[in-house]
Amino acid sequence: MSTATDTIESLVKQEYKYGFVTDVESESTPPGLSEETIRFISAKKNEPTWLTDWRIKAFRYWQTMKEPTWQFVKYPKIDFQAISYFSQPKPKGDAPKSLDEVDPKLLETYEKLGIPLRERGRLAGVAVDAIFDSVSVGTTYREELAKKGIIFCSFSEAVHNHPDLVKKYLGSVVPYTDNYYAALNSAVFTDGSFCYIPKGVRCPMELSTYFRINAAKSGQFERTLIVADDGASVSYLEGCTAPMRDENQLHAAVVELVALDNAEIKYSTVQNWYPGDENGVGGIYNFVTKRGICKGKNSRITWTQVETGSAITWKYPSCILLGDGSKGEFYSVAVVNNMQQADTGTKMIHIGKNTKSTIVSKGISAGRGQNSYRGLVEIRKSAANARNFSQCDSMLIGAKCGAHTFPYIEVKNTSSSVEHEASTSKIGEDQIFYCNQRGLETQDAVNMIVNGFCKEVFKELPMEFAVEAQKLLGVSLEGSVG
Amino acid sequence: MSKQPILEINNLHAGVENKKILKGFSLTINAGEVHALMGLNGSGKSTLAAILAGREGYDVTEGSVKYFGKDLLELDPEERAREGVFLAFQYPVEIPGVNSTYFLKAALNEIRKHKGQSELDAIEFLALVKDKIKVLELNEDLLKRSVNEGFSGGEKKRAEIFQMAVLEPKLAILDETDSGLDIDALKIVSSGVNKLKRPDSAQLVITHYQRLLNYIIPDFVHVMADGRIVKSGGKELALELEANGYDGILKQL
Repeated sequence: MSTATDTIESLVKQEYKYGFVTDVESESTPPGLSEETIRFISAKKNEPTWLTDWRIKAFRYWQTMKEPTWQFVKYPKIDFQAISYFSQPKPKGDAPKSLDEVDPKLLETYEKLGIPLRERGRLAGVAVDAIFDSVSVGTTYREELAKKGIIFCSFSEAVHNHPDLVKKYLGSVVPYTDNYYAALNSAVFTDGSFCYIPKGVRCPMELSTYFRINAAKSGQFERTLIVADDGASVSYLEGCTAPMRDENQLHAAVVELVALDNAEIKYSTVQNWYPGDENGVGGIYNFVTKRGICKGKNSRITWTQVETGSAITWKYPSCILLGDGSKGEFYSVAVVNNMQQADTGTKMIHIGKNTKSTIVSKGISAGRGQNSYRGLVEIRKSAANARNFSQCDSMLIGAKCGAHTFPYIEVKNTSSSVEHEASTSKIGEDQIFYCNQRGLETQDAVNMIVNGFCKEVFKELPMEFAVEAQKLLGVSLEGSVG
Repeated sequence: MSKQPILEINNLHAGVENKKILKGFSLTINAGEVHALMGLNGSGKSTLAAILAGREGYDVTEGSVKYFGKDLLELDPEERAREGVFLAFQYPVEIPGVNSTYFLKAALNEIRKHKGQSELDAIEFLALVKDKIKVLELNEDLLKRSVNEGFSGGEKKRAEIFQMAVLEPKLAILDETDSGLDIDALKIVSSGVNKLKRPDSAQLVITHYQRLLNYIIPDFVHVMADGRIVKSGGKELALELEANGYDGILKQL
């Protein structure tokens, strides 16, 4: 008969399902970072001078910066000279003109991940941009989207085909001076997705980017830029996986969202990078800067994230609420198990009048995982009648994990209101016993309790993602009790 | 003709850490019977319920518990549940965010799977639920809410009896189901329990007060003190207890 202490303490590692490596010849730069590396990347992508110059400026600025240490995570110092900054599957002849010319091994990789890119098997109602290491493999449904004037393509293509838009918005939300990893990304970013929804257009399908790190000793530095013009709306999904490797790999992405008058952007992430093994060997360092600006009046940006992977997750998807009456929302589930660490949350910067923000954060800690919520609600003087509601709940599974909350609130006017609720609960042995007594196994009980705990966030996810997120949560916590 | 014994507890000694709570508890319950177990607080009633359901943290040092002739204590709590042991909790826990109907459907299907029956789908399950709800005069809204979350004391107890109605246990243990109930709730809960009485199953009703037994008529009443049964009788024993109090009964011994 199992005992409570056994159940909660026995930690068995669940195999990471996406840990395979695709055997494809790749072209990588040797490890190391210098102006030459950056010029090489820029030349490789045949970039215009203004972009090369921007990268170099970012790099020079980065060199003057210090690696931040204020976050509540521990890791050995990263050797930035040991990383390869560019890796792409070796092209067979010329660049593929359509998916038919893409290396079948790559297409297979995405099929294995459940993301079919071929016409036949495509996900209904979801357009996908697949990023393999440093480059975009292919984007589905683009012609159909183009009919509505929607641009959805890899970042590299956007630089060539829509330079004005890229030039106008690149770095406008996250300038390269913003932080250490944003500066690094600006210098070395290799690809990413670009999306523009024209005035008054509601994007008819979910847009999605699927990131895959494959090459060893490489980093992934991608950039995503989404612009929703006046009255436009779009729902965007992001998924990530990586092979199991003993070394830590760096993923330092930047995502910028711009919502103009009455526009809406919904950005959802299911992050499942390789988390390392139960002893904390290997895994992805996920150091990402995500920020959106509600530039226009009555615009709205919603971030929803389910963070189950990565050795370390360190990110704060944020909203700058500049337009009067604009809304920012952040819904997050962050799970740490084994030796994983997460320091995540959001910043809501209220500048416009009557702006509103909602923060719902659910942190789940199991194993020896450490989970921190860190959030800033800043209401400036100009933001009359601003409203914020924050709710941060933590759940602990077992006795060796930790949950931490670091809320920062700055209010500079008297007409605004800020509400903050926080709770910490331990998955009760009482709850598990109650479920057991009704015939449910402990693992099923834990999944049920945890899914219930996260319900408010899951209901914000698009349908297909919500189902995937629930399954993922089950896998992530498998063996955390039992 | 001898009846089929469902539960046979023989000379059970058990406790937590170094504290002995049950000291030679024996009781046999046959199919079709309703037993009431009464006693003062601290006499070991709830400990017995917990041990029968398989809650962790109790050490059994002596004695045996047989359920349909099998060693009950060998089974994990979920196996006991699937074999038909049901505990109506004294303090049912809240499980925020988990829909009551979803929870109960999962529970029922575990039991059905165990019996080799096919699992019910959502539609079949709802039909079953609608049926049982009528029997218990339960407010349907409770089923749309999360398990026990924000329920009043009475609602929680009614929900427990409702689960019992759906899961159809062979042995139902009601742990102080009457505590915290007003008289109307008490009547509803009791009438539910009475309606669920079947010839092939049994009920063990644990209570501190006699008043529950105004509504649930037991076949046997047992008085428990210091970890074992000190007196057994028919329903008249409960009335005697009402008249003379526990002191009166204990003094006679």
